Amino acid sequence: MNRWQNLWRYIPLFGLMMLLLTGCGDDTISALKPRGPVARDQLFLMKLSLGIMILVVIVVFAIYIYVLVRFRKKKGDKDIIPKQVEGSHTLEIIWTVVPIILLLILAVPTVSYTVKLAENHSQDKDAIHVKVTAHQFWWQFEYPDLGIATAQDLVIPTNKKIAFELTSADVVHSFWIPSLGGKQDTNVGMTNTFYLEADEVDTFKGKCAELCGASHALMDFKVVSKSEADFNKWVDKMKAPAVVPADAKNGEQIFKENCLSCHAVNAQGLGFGPNLNGFASRELVAGILPHNDESIRQWVKDPQSVKPGNKMPQIPLKDDQINDVIKYLNSLK
Amino acid sequence: MAHSHKAKHYTGLMDWLTTVDHKKIGILYLVAGGLFFLMGGIEAILIRIQLMYPDNHIFIGDTFNALTTMHGTTMIFFAAMPMIFAFMNAVVPLQIGARDVAFPFVNALGFWLFFLGGVMLNVSWFLGGAPAAGWTAYAPLSGIVDSTIKYHGVDFYVVGLQIAGLGTLIGGINFLVTIINMRAPGMTYMRMPLFTWTAFITSALILFAFPAITVGLVELMFDRLFGGAFFEVSKGGNPVLWEHLFWIFGHPEVYILILPAFGIISEIVSTFSKKRLFGYSSMVFATALIGFLGFMVWVHHMFTTGIGPVGNAIFAVATMAIAIPTGVKIFNWLFTLWGGQITFSTANIFATAFIPTFVMGGTTGVMLAVPAADFQYHDTYFVVAHFHYVIVGGLVLGLFAGMYYWWPKMFGRMLNETLGKIHFWTFFIGFHLTFFPQHFLGLMGMPRRVFTYQPGVGLEEGNFISTIGAFLMGIGTIVFLINVIATSRLPQNAPADPWDGRTLEWAIPSPPPEYNFKQTPLVRGLDPLWKEKMAGNKEMTPAEPIGSIHMPSPSILPLIFSIGFFIAGFGFMYHTYSVAIIGLLIMLLSMFLRSVFDDHGYHIEPEELNDKGVKA
Repeated sequence: MNRWQNLWRYIPLFGLMMLLLTGCGDDTISALKPRGPVARDQLFLMKLSLGIMILVVIVVFAIYIYVLVRFRKKKGDKDIIPKQVEGSHTLEIIWTVVPIILLLILAVPTVSYTVKLAENHSQDKDAIHVKVTAHQFWWQFEYPDLGIATAQDLVIPTNKKIAFELTSADVVHSFWIPSLGGKQDTNVGMTNTFYLEADEVDTFKGKCAELCGASHALMDFKVVSKSEADFNKWVDKMKAPAVVPADAKNGEQIFKENCLSCHAVNAQGLGFGPNLNGFASRELVAGILPHNDESIRQWVKDPQSVKPGNKMPQIPLKDDQINDVIKYLNSLK
Repeated sequence: MAHSHKAKHYTGLMDWLTTVDHKKIGILYLVAGGLFFLMGGIEAILIRIQLMYPDNHIFIGDTFNALTTMHGTTMIFFAAMPMIFAFMNAVVPLQIGARDVAFPFVNALGFWLFFLGGVMLNVSWFLGGAPAAGWTAYAPLSGIVDSTIKYHGVDFYVVGLQIAGLGTLIGGINFLVTIINMRAPGMTYMRMPLFTWTAFITSALILFAFPAITVGLVELMFDRLFGGAFFEVSKGGNPVLWEHLFWIFGHPEVYILILPAFGIISEIVSTFSKKRLFGYSSMVFATALIGFLGFMVWVHHMFTTGIGPVGNAIFAVATMAIAIPTGVKIFNWLFTLWGGQITFSTANIFATAFIPTFVMGGTTGVMLAVPAADFQYHDTYFVVAHFHYVIVGGLVLGLFAGMYYWWPKMFGRMLNETLGKIHFWTFFIGFHLTFFPQHFLGLMGMPRRVFTYQPGVGLEEGNFISTIGAFLMGIGTIVFLINVIATSRLPQNAPADPWDGRTLEWAIPSPPPEYNFKQTPLVRGLDPLWKEKMAGNKEMTPAEPIGSIHMPSPSILPLIFSIGFFIAGFGFMYHTYSVAIIGLLIMLLSMFLRSVFDDHGYHIEPEELNDKGVKA
């Protein structure tokens, strides 16, 4: 009976796999590489619970392996009738009480962090307030105190609490920035609040985590954290009316006729589609394509080929009209 | 009975369509569940093929969502549930020394309702497209009706699950009544085998959990088909209500599935270590406690919904509490093995492999119970890994163990042990390869139900390994099928008691005669057969003289009734009310026929009892 010894060969394999995988993870999207205090607290809870659980696993596996090796019927063993044991009160009390103690150790920080991370900063004067509205399949961000509305790129200052108000325009989505902290659902007709904070200047990846339709997998966004000074500059720029260069006037006209009914291009406008003010400075096109002229062309020509099921209609524009629109969009810095 | 009817006997296909024999219904559940398991398995492999490499374009958008939705729904409702019912039917009446279940007719009705519900869900692939709102069907996404009315999607889900759910519910009630009323003399509650105990608790959970999902499904049906507004915010509804209804059912459902697996493991571990189950009473108590606590924890599926810290904290602690009775079970199994003489038949290999695998699934369960940390895990591949460790590593390993163990009792043939071991190793290694890396994928930022992921953020290796593992699991399942087909050609020669068993089912021939026990056995303790064997007896002591045995008549009505329901479902779905009325009339006619024609069954007289080694 070498079967159980064979099992050992796979354990190093799993260990290796574990090491390989834990080492990885991109530091702009991994919950294992926290970049803010909320995500750090959450990683601490993960490590604490994992630690306690590994303790349990070790005990169980040790007994398990011992039992299977020691009490297996070996070749040449005579058939015996083992002693029929009914149970043992001492043992049963041990394996009831010890887990209770372990769980109490876990329950205390569980409850305290649950309360701590649910702190409501919606009235906090020092926090930056952001109202997030999820749409199939894009994100709208409003800064009510600053009088700005934008989409797809969430711009935040570092080392400041960002107090979110989350809601949805159509179905349930879930707002998740793994590097900064856990997720919170966006429900239709309800508002959820929570806060996050970023330590450093960087660009993080955000995801929709609740199945929301055909392009759920593509409902990404970016989180750009800036120093306070840079953030204020960004706010001023967003508020200043865009200067349209002469060669983009034509495109502006086409945009007004075909796109403006859904896409606002001013500081505060909200529409059926994302506000495109500051579009030229965004990280991605449609939240998923690299930001270049080719991507914009692909998106405008056939939005469904990029994000199936999205609500942007195919606008019947000629190629040179699309080129003009691209020129105009590139001027919205 | 003074006016017995003449026994009706059908053969061939009609025998299977009309049977009310619990043993045959068990086989029907097994075959139907097996077919749906293969469907769900193929869907799983297609999902893994799409996710093998980043930016794959094989199944994208709603095609992929339909695959995940159908995989989840099929596996839970139409593969796992019927397999559980297969074993409950095949084994529970034998373990308690009964000749059938309490309501054999209702038993057949339960099967056919489940089966036609499953057929209804799966024909959606050919009638405009399968549902794609996830197996959890969260509103408002699940409430969106296609304006062209060509794509019915979630309609198949709401109607199919209502029909199947009704079958499950009456099945559960049937087993509650059977276990309460039909136990052989001397079979007190605290002498019932643990599988029967878990079947009992599971039936109670079905009784309380299925009404919740039925309410949810009816409301969703009204929203979709008849202009209701339960989950429609603009009309004053609330989509979070669906989440509550779904999970008030959904969490107990997890225990409905896993408790019978615990029962199977308890039987097998005890038999193959030749010891009585360690701490039997605490095992029973732990089972009941898990069942009870299972209703107190549903909000842990909704920590991110916005319930608030107080609700989250209460449900977190309640969830952690479930780990305690579960831990009791794990240690009781280990100490059942301790000091025994363990033989590793395929059944026992599956059963012992269940223990560490389930522990791994259970530990991530405790991790998930911490709300603030769950904000990171929720709806990611970490959760996918966790529930597959519990359901595949727990339930499916348990079911395979049960198949190798009870196959001779159900079919009169032993499964091949060599093929069984190949099956085990491919499936077991494949399972860990598939799901172990998924823990890390989730933590590294991969949400569940995504049809693709971007390259360059460290998700490639894990997904690739996972897909390879899925193929291995597929190969393992094929080996099992080969085993089944190959052994079905061999003569039906399994002994009555191939494993040196301890419980009553091993006291009668394999497969048992239709009346199970020629004479109802007298039960003199826990593990009654073992007790008799230790006392030097070759068979059970009978509790009654040989006499005529009352048997239920076969009937085609359960099938006709279910077909009526099936037709009515389609009528409502397509708003063709004439068809719906025809379906309802078929149902009413079946009920009418059942009510007005008294069928008292028939008797098998002592001289007809074929005495081919029938013990007890």
